[in-house]
Amino acid sequence: MDLKTTEDVATEEERKAADSVIGSAPPSWSDGLRPGVGGRVILGGQRRRANLRHLLLPTLHAIQDQIGWISHGALNYVCTRLDIAPAEAFGVASSYSLFSLRPTAQTVVHVCDDIACRAAGSDSVETMRGHFGEPDTTDGQLTWRTSPCLGQCEHGSAAMVTIAGSPGVREVLAPFNIHELDTVVSNTTAKRPPTPATLLNQVRSELHLLKRIGLVDPESLDSYRSEGGYQALRRAIDFGPEWVIRELKDAKLLGRGGAAFPTGAKWEAVAHSSVRPRYFVANADESEPGTFKDRVLIENDPFALVEALTIAGVTTGAEQGYIYIRGEYPLGERRLRSAITQAQSRGLLGDDIMGSGLKFQIEVRRGAGAYIAGEETALFNSIEGHRPEPRTKPPYPVDKGLFAKPTGINNVETLLSALEIISSGATEFIRYGTESSTGTRMFCLSGCVNLPGIYEVPLGTKLRELIQIAGGVTEGHQLTAILLGGAAGSFVGPDQLDLELSFEAVRMAGTTLGSGVVIVIDETVDMVAFVRRIAQFFRDESCGQCVPCRVGTVRQEEVLARLSLNAPLGSRQDELSLLDDLGSVMRDASICGLGQAANTAVLSAIEQQLIFSSKGNS
Amino acid sequence: MTSTVPISLQRRFDLTIDGKDVTVTEGQTILEACRQVQVDIPTLCYLETLTPVNVCRLCVVEVKGSRTLVSACSRKVEPKMEILTDSSRVNTSRRMVLELLASSVDLSLADDEVGHWMQQYDVHPERHGPQSDPAEEGERDRGHAGEHKAIDGSTAETVAQPIKRDNGQYLRDYSRCILCYKCVEACGVDAQNTFAIAVAGRGFEARISTEYNVALPESACVYCGNCVAVCPTGALMPTIEFDLRESGKWDPKSQTVTQTVCPYCGVGCNLELHVQDNQIFKVTSPLDHSTTSGNLCIKGRFGFEFVH
Amino acid sequence: MGSDIALANTIGRHIIHAGLSNSDFIRRATINFDVYAKSVEPFTLEVGEKLTGIPGTAIAQLAEDYARADRAQLCWTLGITEHHTGTDNVLALCNLALLTGHVGRYGSGLVPLRGQNNVQGGGDMGAIPNKLPGFQDIETDTFAREQFEARWGTPLPRTKGWHLSQMFDAMETGELTSLYIIGENPAQSEADVKKARHLLTGLEHLVVQDIFLTKTAELADVVLPATASWAESDGTVTSSERRVQRVRRAVVQPAGSRDDVEIICQIAAKMGHDWGSPTAEQVWDELRSLSPMHAGMSYRRLEELGGLQWPCYDENHPGELFLHGRLWDEPITGPPATFSATPFEPPLDELDSEFPIRLTTGRRLDSFNTGVQTGAYSSPIRSKEALALSPEDMGAYKLQDGDRVLVRSRRGGIEAPVRTDPTLRSGLAFLTLHFPDQVDTNLLTIDTWDKKAGTAEFKATAIAIERLGQDATPNDHSDKRVDK
Repeated sequence: MDLKTTEDVATEEERKAADSVIGSAPPSWSDGLRPGVGGRVILGGQRRRANLRHLLLPTLHAIQDQIGWISHGALNYVCTRLDIAPAEAFGVASSYSLFSLRPTAQTVVHVCDDIACRAAGSDSVETMRGHFGEPDTTDGQLTWRTSPCLGQCEHGSAAMVTIAGSPGVREVLAPFNIHELDTVVSNTTAKRPPTPATLLNQVRSELHLLKRIGLVDPESLDSYRSEGGYQALRRAIDFGPEWVIRELKDAKLLGRGGAAFPTGAKWEAVAHSSVRPRYFVANADESEPGTFKDRVLIENDPFALVEALTIAGVTTGAEQGYIYIRGEYPLGERRLRSAITQAQSRGLLGDDIMGSGLKFQIEVRRGAGAYIAGEETALFNSIEGHRPEPRTKPPYPVDKGLFAKPTGINNVETLLSALEIISSGATEFIRYGTESSTGTRMFCLSGCVNLPGIYEVPLGTKLRELIQIAGGVTEGHQLTAILLGGAAGSFVGPDQLDLELSFEAVRMAGTTLGSGVVIVIDETVDMVAFVRRIAQFFRDESCGQCVPCRVGTVRQEEVLARLSLNAPLGSRQDELSLLDDLGSVMRDASICGLGQAANTAVLSAIEQQLIFSSKGNS
Repeated sequence: MTSTVPISLQRRFDLTIDGKDVTVTEGQTILEACRQVQVDIPTLCYLETLTPVNVCRLCVVEVKGSRTLVSACSRKVEPKMEILTDSSRVNTSRRMVLELLASSVDLSLADDEVGHWMQQYDVHPERHGPQSDPAEEGERDRGHAGEHKAIDGSTAETVAQPIKRDNGQYLRDYSRCILCYKCVEACGVDAQNTFAIAVAGRGFEARISTEYNVALPESACVYCGNCVAVCPTGALMPTIEFDLRESGKWDPKSQTVTQTVCPYCGVGCNLELHVQDNQIFKVTSPLDHSTTSGNLCIKGRFGFEFVH
Repeated sequence: MGSDIALANTIGRHIIHAGLSNSDFIRRATINFDVYAKSVEPFTLEVGEKLTGIPGTAIAQLAEDYARADRAQLCWTLGITEHHTGTDNVLALCNLALLTGHVGRYGSGLVPLRGQNNVQGGGDMGAIPNKLPGFQDIETDTFAREQFEARWGTPLPRTKGWHLSQMFDAMETGELTSLYIIGENPAQSEADVKKARHLLTGLEHLVVQDIFLTKTAELADVVLPATASWAESDGTVTSSERRVQRVRRAVVQPAGSRDDVEIICQIAAKMGHDWGSPTAEQVWDELRSLSPMHAGMSYRRLEELGGLQWPCYDENHPGELFLHGRLWDEPITGPPATFSATPFEPPLDELDSEFPIRLTTGRRLDSFNTGVQTGAYSSPIRSKEALALSPEDMGAYKLQDGDRVLVRSRRGGIEAPVRTDPTLRSGLAFLTLHFPDQVDTNLLTIDTWDKKAGTAEFKATAIAIERLGQDATPNDHSDKRVDK
């Protein structure tokens, strides 16, 4: 490939921002443009190109953070340095909502208008409009735009503030408060005190995954070790990979990401692969509306994730690990990076972990506003510097994952469950839960509930009990529905409160635990608007690769708009059967889980007669 | 794509297609297995010479034991697979894929078979409402990922937009683009390795684009026209052909196609000269010819005017 | 530039010293290895770097990658052959293939990429001074010559003729006085084109048969308008991979032009020989009856199989995907392959303080040779012809893109605008031949030719650059049309 760029040139600030990730250009480069004498020989060709591409996303982040947008000149510079065709780099940059490809205000406020905040009655969008006028203006110092779920659902409202600069600001305000926004914007140097951990109504001795929350100092490795940290890694190293895998299998640990795949079998497949190198990835891109458990764990117990991933690495023979954390979690990202640095300095990561001679390194990768990047193969593409589009399976990640090498990938809760199994043993783990859904699970309670927050309960706990632990439905109001599993989940009615929260029971009931979302809805919630927000979410987050999802999510949103405006094409029945057909093609023929689940909630709302029925509130 | 495993080492095994036993070779795709026994599978984004991207989802079939339908073009055969190509699930999905495309894209110049499939699967794009007005010049190229204008559902959104005509060789009418990725593949590693275009944006706002939507002459485009050659819907078209159609003189019955060899370098690319009124209006190259599998360079594709 | 042999020899030495040569293949299928090994011994990476300007590490990596590859090809174009050492340049590459065994196997080999769609076919058909069609030697292959004589009913010369460079020499000495040129434009394409034009003009009689009124045709006494062989007439061409393929008539030729076969037969008729009016297929079938390597290539098979690669001895022969497979027979069939010592000689047109810049010539993607065909379509990627210089030289001569310079060689001078090309290194300049009406590149090139092959040294000219006065603004040439 001959790289061809337009004549747009990066400014010095843009080059500096890019160089902060890539490193300085060789001295022979002038104006960051082209190699002069001696710079023309590039050894490595294709190999070199492949080895650089993964730096694309971090470099784009650096430019966005420091400059506030990615100009054509800046992109040209990045492409020249990383040997990427500009059209491809543009394709990547334009697929993430947190990157701006045209000039914008220095301060951008991303205000959550998603379902959990909606159910909690947030009025932050109206407040912002009142103060700053319409969203997404390009002039002035500050602009704002609405955002899908920011993962702060227990607070009932949230906004993320980014102020471009070096150093820039990335802060989350939750709950959202216009006065606090003024403070952040006017005083960019003052660090906001982190939101304290919220553990409500739970007995610490019954907690496993959350047991250190609030006890350990998330900034201190010593504090983590004093709470038993790194004993599990010691055991994993001492007893070896086969023992670890057997424990996971004995514990019957199923993945907490949604697909409920047996974790032991996954680790074993990677460990027994004949191919090297191998990778292990922690998926912390939780972006399912209503989900915030990874955030709570990472912000308050970051070393646990680092230790768990290290165990996964040494068990599967991966020497490089990645934690892919969503871009909306600046505090969690900072704490993770600090935890990794500390672990490295103490020989808990690196070339000789705990003196065992085993190697493992972890890199943190930040997402840039793309729900789809949470799909495991899209996540691989994102790390590799390609568009976050899901790949076709098979091949599965354990055979060809990140960089086309055998890769293990688990979400944060699964990794912490594995950590718990290694430290306490499979026998202890299976004391909780049901026969086939072992252990405990974290649930994210939000919406019209008295004590929204994270709750850890044994699998098999009844939905009613869970809501009771969270203080029950908001005083004086009546439960109308519960959204289980997030936007990709489905509604259950007040008559289903005895539903047992185990993999097998929810499957029987035709619903899902998904990412552990439980959004409680009472009669104050506009169900039609709520469901339309879900439809809008899927349309906005579809990667656009396959027809059923790309066009189907648009058509679904249009049908819902017509029905809610009482302007059906033909009869209501025609519209409902159209929805059914859209559901069929999206569910059956989409490439990945996003499209396949894009109308589950919509259809269940109709089935539950929450919308568009005489009984519903439309 | 051909397998690197020597033919003698490839396993043969049995599976069923629509209840009939079929013996297949390891490494084949379901699509290849079906075509081998004359079971017709419609495809849009598939082309023998390109790596399957399985994005159009028109070729889906039902495989027993699989939760969702699978794409025949990319899925490899496995022993004892039970494949259904004509079940009601399959037919519903195919009907809907065509309906979604036809309601959002101008398919009037698509390959003839698309029209036949629309009849076969009883497609009714009008169910989705009247089509929205075309976007303004550049509007679709300015979209921000994850955002779209509020809608009321009174019209079916489309990708309609003005034609991009920025060079003398070919034009881009993205109102006809079904985003099959073929042009991107042909511009990239599957043929040309130029990477002048890529998919940009996401969701319904995803589109084929140069960086920042710059005009082709500013981009890396080398005008090989291999993208034009693989476009199944007429979104990419030689300017001469477009002008001939616009002029009202388009007359398929009087057209001839003659296969010959490129007059320029020594590679020996085969050319198919499309001629009307003794004028060449388009040059293509046979996909199944082993010299270049349908690919040409600017000289072979567009350098024929000296004949006239 | 002009240091191809130095590069090849350095690669060869490195392969030998790294223990990566295919000693089994060398022992079984080649001779003269020791002579070769000794001849490349001085070409250490340091020496190679000095002679070629390519970093030794890059040469070493290339050598190792090439030697270790499962399959590897060496492909080249005229940059290897258009030197006074052209033949040795090729032999130096052959040495590398023999050293590693990358020859005679599927996917490996030596691939001279032909610059024209039928330059291979021209050679195959005997358009070489010493060969009859099918590479049958006119001097040594008596049997073949007799076959032709019997078939054509006339005696054939027993000695070979002149090659192109010799023809121009013969024009100079007055031995060659009449010329019949078919489809060539030497008045623009020859090295030292000033001299070539002078010689063409001095001929007693010049006939040019072409599809255009080229610069050469303008000098002719008689011009015979021909049809475009690929679109206006039927026949065959042979590509770089020895594949014979059919060309077919797709459009009706312009009034007054005639098919080449028809023209030749009518000239024969005027000279008193009735050759009839054969079809292209009849001519081809005659060739098949006389050239064994084409014997199996009937029009029917060429159509069915999308072409056939020679040799194809009979109608059951599938043609050969690659040559020299015999070297892998156990034991080998035929004579072993010979290593050749290829001494390095710098280009003849030496650099000195007066002519310090090395000029090389070539093509750009969208254009072709002297531009008589490609000039007819407007390409968006075609830029005005300009002397491409490295950023360093642009700086050294205080030049900006678009400035005009006087480019002088020891043979002539031209004016041209300049353009920065970051892919060039200091001391190297580039021009194409595509736009002789704008920039008459071949006024500069040297007509010294390789004694073995008769190829002129287009690729290495010594030039001097002089900036022209400020009054010549970059726009001065804009009135000259680029695209016709």
